[in-house]
Amino acid sequence: MHLGVPFSFKLSKCNEDRNNTHVFSQGYSVSNQCWEVLAGMHEINEQVVAELQGKARVLRQDIVKMLGQAGSGHTGGSLSAADIVACLYFWEMKLDTRNPRWPDRDRFVLSKGHAAPLLYAVLAEKGFFPREDLAGLRKFGSPLQGHPDMKKVPGVEASTGSLGQGIAWAIGMALAGRLDRKDYRVYALLGDGELQEGMVWEAVMAGAHYRLDNLVAIVDFNGLQIDGRVEDVMSPLPIAAKFGAFGWQAVEIDGHDYRQIMGALNLARETRGRPTAIVARTIKGRGISFIENLVDWHGKAPNPEQVAQALAELM
Amino acid sequence: MEKVATRDAYGKSLVKLGQMYENVVVLDADLSKSTKTADFAAAFPERFFNMGIAEQNMMGTAAGLAAAGKVVFASSFAVFATGRAWEQVRNSIAYAGLNVKVCASHAGVTVGEDGGSHQSVEDIALMRVLPGMTVLVPADAVATEKLVTAVYHQEGPAYVRLGRSAVPTIYRPEQELHMGRGVELREGGDATIIACGIMVYQALEAARMLEEKGLRVSVVDMFCIKPLDEELICRKAAETGALVTAEEHSVIGGLGGAVCEAVAAQCPVPVVRVGVQDRFGQSGTPEELLAFYGLTAGNLVKAVEKAISLRDGYR
Repeated sequence: MHLGVPFSFKLSKCNEDRNNTHVFSQGYSVSNQCWEVLAGMHEINEQVVAELQGKARVLRQDIVKMLGQAGSGHTGGSLSAADIVACLYFWEMKLDTRNPRWPDRDRFVLSKGHAAPLLYAVLAEKGFFPREDLAGLRKFGSPLQGHPDMKKVPGVEASTGSLGQGIAWAIGMALAGRLDRKDYRVYALLGDGELQEGMVWEAVMAGAHYRLDNLVAIVDFNGLQIDGRVEDVMSPLPIAAKFGAFGWQAVEIDGHDYRQIMGALNLARETRGRPTAIVARTIKGRGISFIENLVDWHGKAPNPEQVAQALAELM
Repeated sequence: MEKVATRDAYGKSLVKLGQMYENVVVLDADLSKSTKTADFAAAFPERFFNMGIAEQNMMGTAAGLAAAGKVVFASSFAVFATGRAWEQVRNSIAYAGLNVKVCASHAGVTVGEDGGSHQSVEDIALMRVLPGMTVLVPADAVATEKLVTAVYHQEGPAYVRLGRSAVPTIYRPEQELHMGRGVELREGGDATIIACGIMVYQALEAARMLEEKGLRVSVVDMFCIKPLDEELICRKAAETGALVTAEEHSVIGGLGGAVCEAVAAQCPVPVVRVGVQDRFGQSGTPEELLAFYGLTAGNLVKAVEKAISLRDGYR
């Protein structure tokens, strides 16, 4: 394990009946064997993981370059979720880049909208728009606003940035998918600090109430927010237990471990009758030594020298 | 004269829309019996979602449903729909330009006995300030049905202000109402009363009382606060030189505020604003409260006389 943080991987009802909507099991330890089972539902092999890691490296490079050119923006929280987003866009989700509004597509809602550089990087890498456009981040006249604007950028599903709201959009999209009898799935990526917004829990309540098993909430649990450690500012812990108490299936994983990310996504896809929360422990600024785990890098962009150093580290 | 509450007309209109259009979805926040969305819920249970006492999530969910192609009507009391969830309406609905119709009942002091906490006298101002938001205040049941139908067909966000109490029906069923166009219900050259909602009927009463005093006044139903019919306002300003606005809302930021902005910028004449004078409501019967806050035909008569004397003083 490459993380300096102790983990207790928990998985609710991993080996038991996953269709029971009323029971949240308290912290099943996930053995390596269990992750192997989950990973084995679809083909997760070393080659797939290596490819996804390559994609995440490109995303991180683009994030750093973009933020360097913009001179402002959210570095730490864009980098922390890069592995999760790479898994979603290059392995999990059904999308059609030539038809961004394809009615049957899976939806990704960046509820932590300040990680817009990550979203733009992955959309460009998927081919929703030319990667040259990334240079326009945060600049006047560019579609790439400081926070995502669905009216301006193909592939952006929700105009987010005001924290707490994206998860509610995801509830609405999941309800619409059910009404339309479509089998698309909805993924919302939240910050851990974002969980302090009261409306998140209104939405979480609704997700369980309407048994939205086509919905997955992923919490980028990097432990830091603007003013300090989330536990010091206003602790949202324990996160998985809260989701569980609301009636969600809650899974804790290492958000940089591809087998665990993919295993959890597999589990969510196989689960009926309730939504799944994936609480992904991550390192803010992941991948760049002088940015990792530092509060100051929440809303700061690298200068040209720092960009060069970061890109060298990401080679 | 038949008296019907606009909220009752709203409930019936929703059912008709639901019968005609599959993409109509209705949300409520545990007030469906009061807002009358319960009619729709009974007719189309699969397309109605009670979001519980959680207005913020209701607005975010509405955005997600609209982003997936639904035309969403979201209802609560005006004070909660526009106040509690204002920032969700701003960022998730208006900023994204989505097809969500916020239709709120129990606006104004005629809520009555529930008291000041529940009497919204700020909602028009709160919604009018949002770019791209259409703001409608129907005067009676006929207007309500026409405007609710109109906002269904009009792309983008809208706010429809509805009342709790039964109000006299002014319009014949064949009356046509057009977005952005006020209706001149009565013509007279001495002054013009520009009214909305329940004050339209009071304005017609005032006009009859003034006629007995030898004054002929025009009465305009300005049901569309935004976009505002500035052309009609300036024509009446030129024709009569004295304007009175009448609304069951604060004189700050509502119809009176909007008319003053237009008149001051384009066709300066005195404007006397009848409305709630920068204060909160309180418990009482609707009649007691209308009298206490100066929202009667008698108050409008005095306001017209004041506007005329201001005009003549200028001349």
